Amino acid sequence: MSHVTMTQNEETRVGVFVCHCGSNIAGYVDVAAVTAYARTLPGVVFAQDNMYTCSDGGLTEIKTAIKTHALERVVVAACTPRTHEPLFRDACREAGLNPYLFEFVNIRDQCSWVHRLEPEAATQKAKDLVRMGVAKARLLQPLEEQEMPVEPVALIVGGGMIGMTAAVNLASRGFQVKLVEREPELGGMMLRLDKLYPTQDDAQPLIQQRVAEVRRSKTIEVFTASTLHAIKGFVGNYDVTVRDREGRLSSFKAGTVIVATGARVFTPHGMYGYDGERVVTQLELEKQIADRRLQIANCNLQPAVSNLKRVVMIQCVGARIPERPYCSRICCTTAIKNALELRELNPETEVYILYRDTETQGTRYEAYYTRAREAGIQFIRYSLDHPPQVGEGRVVVYDELLGAKLGIPYDLVVLSTPLVAQEGAHELAQMLKVPLDEHGFFLEAHVKLRPLDFATDGVYVAGTCRWPSHLEETIAQAYGAAARAATILTKEHVTSSGVVARVDESLCRGCGRCVEVCEFGAPALVEVAPGIKVARVNPVMCKGCGACASVCPTGAMAALHFTDGQVMAMVRAALLNQK
Amino acid sequence: MKKVLVIGGGIAGIQAALDLAEMGIQVHLVERLPTIGGRMAQLDKTYPTNDCSTCILAPKMAECARHPNIALHTYSEVTALEGDAGEFRARVLHYPRYVDETKCTGCGECVAKCPIRVPDDFNMGLQQRKAIYMTFPQAVPQVMTIDAEHCRYLQQGKCGACARVCEAHAIDFEQTAQEQQIDAGAIIVATGYDFFDPGELSQFGYHQYPNVMTALEIERLISASGPTEGHLIRPSDGRPARRIGFIQCVGSRDVRHQRFCSAVCCMHSSKQAVLAKEHDPQVESFVFYTDFRASGKGFREYVARAREEYGVTYVRSRVAQITEDDIHNPIIHYEDAETSRPAQMAVDLAVLATSLIPRPATTSLAYLLGIEIDAYGFIKTDPFAPVDTTRPGIFAAGCCRGPFDIPESVIQASAAAARAAAINI
Repeated sequence: MSHVTMTQNEETRVGVFVCHCGSNIAGYVDVAAVTAYARTLPGVVFAQDNMYTCSDGGLTEIKTAIKTHALERVVVAACTPRTHEPLFRDACREAGLNPYLFEFVNIRDQCSWVHRLEPEAATQKAKDLVRMGVAKARLLQPLEEQEMPVEPVALIVGGGMIGMTAAVNLASRGFQVKLVEREPELGGMMLRLDKLYPTQDDAQPLIQQRVAEVRRSKTIEVFTASTLHAIKGFVGNYDVTVRDREGRLSSFKAGTVIVATGARVFTPHGMYGYDGERVVTQLELEKQIADRRLQIANCNLQPAVSNLKRVVMIQCVGARIPERPYCSRICCTTAIKNALELRELNPETEVYILYRDTETQGTRYEAYYTRAREAGIQFIRYSLDHPPQVGEGRVVVYDELLGAKLGIPYDLVVLSTPLVAQEGAHELAQMLKVPLDEHGFFLEAHVKLRPLDFATDGVYVAGTCRWPSHLEETIAQAYGAAARAATILTKEHVTSSGVVARVDESLCRGCGRCVEVCEFGAPALVEVAPGIKVARVNPVMCKGCGACASVCPTGAMAALHFTDGQVMAMVRAALLNQK
Repeated sequence: MKKVLVIGGGIAGIQAALDLAEMGIQVHLVERLPTIGGRMAQLDKTYPTNDCSTCILAPKMAECARHPNIALHTYSEVTALEGDAGEFRARVLHYPRYVDETKCTGCGECVAKCPIRVPDDFNMGLQQRKAIYMTFPQAVPQVMTIDAEHCRYLQQGKCGACARVCEAHAIDFEQTAQEQQIDAGAIIVATGYDFFDPGELSQFGYHQYPNVMTALEIERLISASGPTEGHLIRPSDGRPARRIGFIQCVGSRDVRHQRFCSAVCCMHSSKQAVLAKEHDPQVESFVFYTDFRASGKGFREYVARAREEYGVTYVRSRVAQITEDDIHNPIIHYEDAETSRPAQMAVDLAVLATSLIPRPATTSLAYLLGIEIDAYGFIKTDPFAPVDTTRPGIFAAGCCRGPFDIPESVIQASAAAARAAAINI
């Protein structure tokens, strides 16, 4: 080996590791041939194949090779950087190599998996990709990561059950919390509920207890009748301004943000004869029931005061239709809750629930559905082909199970409408630079494994602003988001990636196109001399996406790790006519 | 610094451990099996994004192994608990692997030489593994384990082929079970679920007919890392399965078995139908369902795509019985809800979406920890304090509480971490 070092003294020493990924790659790509080919590439002083490069053993081999062969660049040809790049970068770091001197070549997701039927061509493509990766690796530069201090303060937007639950949890761990609620009162949607499913417990004691916990806490500062006015900064270091209804502004610093702004109940204007009197929503019925109960308590009325003989509830009003295809998850159980209450007020009241699919998943809610049927509530299935017709005094529905049309006389029709995106969700999303889904609910970083995170570091989401969910689920989300926020708040520093954009100020003419195009607010124009502006990039906010570099008209902006020189080297390598 | 004990190394236990560790809290993660990963490791893809399950899980597993605040205790169980919230003392029993974890490199030479083959549980018995084995290639830790029950040396005192070929000298037939005391301020239970054995429902012919399989068996078959490398073939004759019937609510929503709804089956059957079609464009799938439950994020859109783009047919029905014809085609007998008439359909493969049930060991673990279970045998929790068990300082997350999908389990895991961390100050 020392012989090689002597003769190739000027050459950057590259090591290549080609992964079998079990049979994921090796089943289609001739890994041994790719490895042998890698050894012939300029700069490559070491190449080997591994069954699983990502295994403990594989990582140890990388670290050993870095030392034994004095590697200056490491190339791994394997699955995908999406999941495995951090692992290999860490291995380089642990062996004393700057982690950005590592290059990932994707020969699984973008090669073996998509060329299963052409193993020879797949092998050739893997060689091409490795050649391109090595060409880039030789030009890689060590990059610096930045450490920024963390402000141990959580901003929580939304003072309903979820925001308050997260606040109390974080406060109990000693963190400062700033809780911002748009309404004059804390409590959110739960203030409008009478009972809670599946226990039929009163909603108000639970929510008022949480309000009291918030009010008692010395570390939670509450801003009611207030909205987020401005937020600047990045994970660990946000500058927040809150504005109240009188226009007064308050500013503070925060390290993380939890979005818990809830949802709105869809109002079914023009649907099924909705008039708010004989045809009402579940939420309106809930208020009637609560008022009635109050009357009973105040006037010593007989228990059987509800004079409703027949109540017909229609599910999926405005949901699971072409313009709003989703199921709102909570409406079946909400209907059951109110149906049980109506039966409780007057056991003579007949309740019919016209449904499409009962969404009572799991243990608790299926048991609740059973309880409803045992309580004599009638469930009638309809389909979108024959939606119910609300006529004068009678609902006509085609019963899918009976295969017959039924006419049900009613005193009251109750429409179960879905939760829809909260007012102002769009503005808030823009302010926080986080995405919404096509329905206006906040979109998490990964629907499976990062359900409470946003792609933007340090910003989390919980509750029905994320998706319609049962109270039980949203309370879990509140605690979960608190845990996620605490993973930042407990740290003294956050570290930024080295893969960021950098401006060559001598080339920048301050046109600001990078500022316009950046989704993360990383570049800003700075006046360096009177009338002369240049762009500067905040590395902690920059995600290294390269959007700015691609629009920069002068070439002043470079996306580090994807510089023009590095990319051109890959292109040249790709075009090399190899056998 | 106090510590948290996490019992169960599936996705819920992993997420709880990682959140706690990232908060600077020391975690002991105890897993009964030789590797962490749990059920999610057995899945091929996950709905509604069709992300490869292992591909998104493996980095989290690796992070657990590498995190300085996490001590992994695989092949171990909690056997006793003393003390109270803030100062629990647990006894943890480490089973002997007969392989020195610190020496084994996971190279697999021993596996190649081991002469004993036994059914591979991880692959639902659809293929065999050796008596010395790694559960699956991405296992954490990356070490071998000897299945003592089947090892010729440990049973009969002869063989030792593994020890002879092991260059790392990692094989240790003298290993014994070790007990350890772990102090912890709080405990998170995340022991997961089991599947209902459809053999109890003789009308579906699960053990009788070769081409009647369970959803998890199919999951291994359609997995590229499974026994057939992703080819969905009929066990009876190895022919590709082109016409597939998915039977929902097998054991669920049934007063004789599980009264509850298993929450995930409508979606996982849809996913399997989609994946089967992606693998082989000639596949036709039929999902026989009672109520179609798909209220999670993006679920209805997924089902619409299954129907429209992948041609999956959804049949609202109750399946009464499965029989088979003379070439082992399962024949599904059902009552079609549209027509209220009995009907039948011959398929190449019938897939039973069986209930998610509590693990049998949940009851004994609950007893040992002094927490209550619910009417179904899951860990009892309160609807308004969803991850709190009946005992202060002990929390529960994921499918030991009931049937939940992966995001719900992950959310509960983070929630349990928050609750445990608050106890733990």
